[in-house]
Amino acid sequence: MLPATHKSVEELTSLSKEFREWIIEMLTEAKSGHPGGSLSAIDFLTALWFSEMRGVESADRLADDRDRFVLSKGHGVPALYAILAKKGFFPREELKTLRRTGSRLQGHPDRQRLPIVEASTGSLGQGLSVAQGLAMGLRLQGKNSMVYCMMGDGEIQEGQIWEAAMSAPKYKLSNLCAILDQNGGQIDGPVSEVMPIEPVCDKWAAFGWYVMDIDGHDFAEIQKALAEVRARHERGETKPVFIRARTVKGKGVSFMENKIEWHGAAPKAAEAAKAIAEIRAAR
Amino acid sequence: MSKATRQAFGEALAKLGETHPEIVVLDADLAKSTKSELFMKKFPERFFEMGIQEANMIGVAAGLAFTGKLPFLCSFGAFLTGRFDTIRLSVAYSNANVRLIGTHAGVGIGDDGHSQMALEDIALMRTLPGMGVFQPMDARDTEQLMDYLVNTWKGPAYLRLTRQNLPDLTPSEHVFNPLKLTPIRKTTGTSKPVVLIGTGGTLGEAVQASEKLNAAGVASEVWNATSLKPFDHETTSKLASSARLMVTVEDHSVIGGLGDCVAEVLATLSQHAPLVKLGIQDQFGESGEGPELYEKFGISASKIVESIQRKLG
Repeated sequence: MLPATHKSVEELTSLSKEFREWIIEMLTEAKSGHPGGSLSAIDFLTALWFSEMRGVESADRLADDRDRFVLSKGHGVPALYAILAKKGFFPREELKTLRRTGSRLQGHPDRQRLPIVEASTGSLGQGLSVAQGLAMGLRLQGKNSMVYCMMGDGEIQEGQIWEAAMSAPKYKLSNLCAILDQNGGQIDGPVSEVMPIEPVCDKWAAFGWYVMDIDGHDFAEIQKALAEVRARHERGETKPVFIRARTVKGKGVSFMENKIEWHGAAPKAAEAAKAIAEIRAAR
Repeated sequence: MSKATRQAFGEALAKLGETHPEIVVLDADLAKSTKSELFMKKFPERFFEMGIQEANMIGVAAGLAFTGKLPFLCSFGAFLTGRFDTIRLSVAYSNANVRLIGTHAGVGIGDDGHSQMALEDIALMRTLPGMGVFQPMDARDTEQLMDYLVNTWKGPAYLRLTRQNLPDLTPSEHVFNPLKLTPIRKTTGTSKPVVLIGTGGTLGEAVQASEKLNAAGVASEVWNATSLKPFDHETTSKLASSARLMVTVEDHSVIGGLGDCVAEVLATLSQHAPLVKLGIQDQFGESGEGPELYEKFGISASKIVESIQRKLG
């Protein structure tokens, strides 16, 4: 398996700007969806898919020993669709079919319609368990592939997450990496008020995970963390890895940033134009 | 000879493990009760003790299936259906090739009481697109069904098993086809028969009831349903057209179970015999001896006979 092409921070910055535009465009076209959590996740996902993951170049080369990615916070799927379109898993034009009848691009990931999403998610709390199973299965097959799973910070209020958090260290799954997109918001308000999760790093460490705490919008930090995750696995460390990525909900669009009303509302045409102008102007 | 279907399952699984390296088994701290321990002892490297975490076990099984494994995940049926959302999304909606093994079906388990009794599992599992729902009648049927679930069935399937021993009822000349109703006891008379359909633990009661009815001059016959989904519409339609009375007997809620499988077919026919659904009548289970509970909930042979005679007047 060829290693992923290492991308420069400049290249990743440019890609993620493009993806932010596509996210705004597809949500506007769909007239519904979740901009806040898509925009908080896109920088990490861009670095993961374009500078770290192996064997995920396009659908016709879907390899058994590819790295796997599970989006447990399924509502953030516009960010993943933007990446998959760029990778060539479907034509970019298809992004316009998001949430339309008959589309492969369902409102939340659907593994039967689009196998590269690896797991059907959308009822929160389930993706990490599936990722654990993928990690166990790949290891049984003697594959060296990594399995990544991104969770939302509101999502980890779900009990099933903590079942998997307890279980994965038992099986010494160093090929499993859980990522927390900690944007601080959920539908009913700030996570710290709805149901506090802190001290979140201490909790995962106590459950037996190797914990990293990074800025989820800093490409150099993300790349360094992901390189360490793979290096730990390859040198025979036994703990699964938890990355807390500190992020901003709605990142990159000033009027959406940290505004909980943009958790699950699509922009109107004028708002979209303003958002896209701002994304393009950003450095 | 009589044997619990969970025991027959455990033995069949351990045997199939020899020829099917893709089989992996998961249990949630009930391996001794579900009999998955028979596989565990033989193939420890393909057995995963998941602790008391049914939801995580279900999701992990889906992930294992996505890498080409054939996972059998085992617990009490009541505890699996308790994690219905995970079964719905991680397994069914993903068409994960997972076998969900739910043991301790119905009030037949006895002493442990309602919390341990699977009484809604058939109803819930039937609603999931692509999910097969099976309940074998005895040890031989279980063995053949396991072979079918490993070698033929694709996609998710739920297998419902008993704690208690069941008599051997598979007819000796029976050609196994889980998707068809199986004739167990044919009527000898020429009058329109009462048609009893049983599944799992109640089939033996239905057979005894039929014998009593025939002795009392009421023509009757007994059929078995191993597959609750897909359900055999063709045979059910034929039976309903020539029967005097249709009677379903199940150790499960009458809402959504075998009785409703039959009712759904009858509703499509312009003419059919009336249907009596015997089973747990929108009630909770309770502690007691299994046979006593069968009596109390109206699914013992004598209670089946009483219900039928009352209906026939």
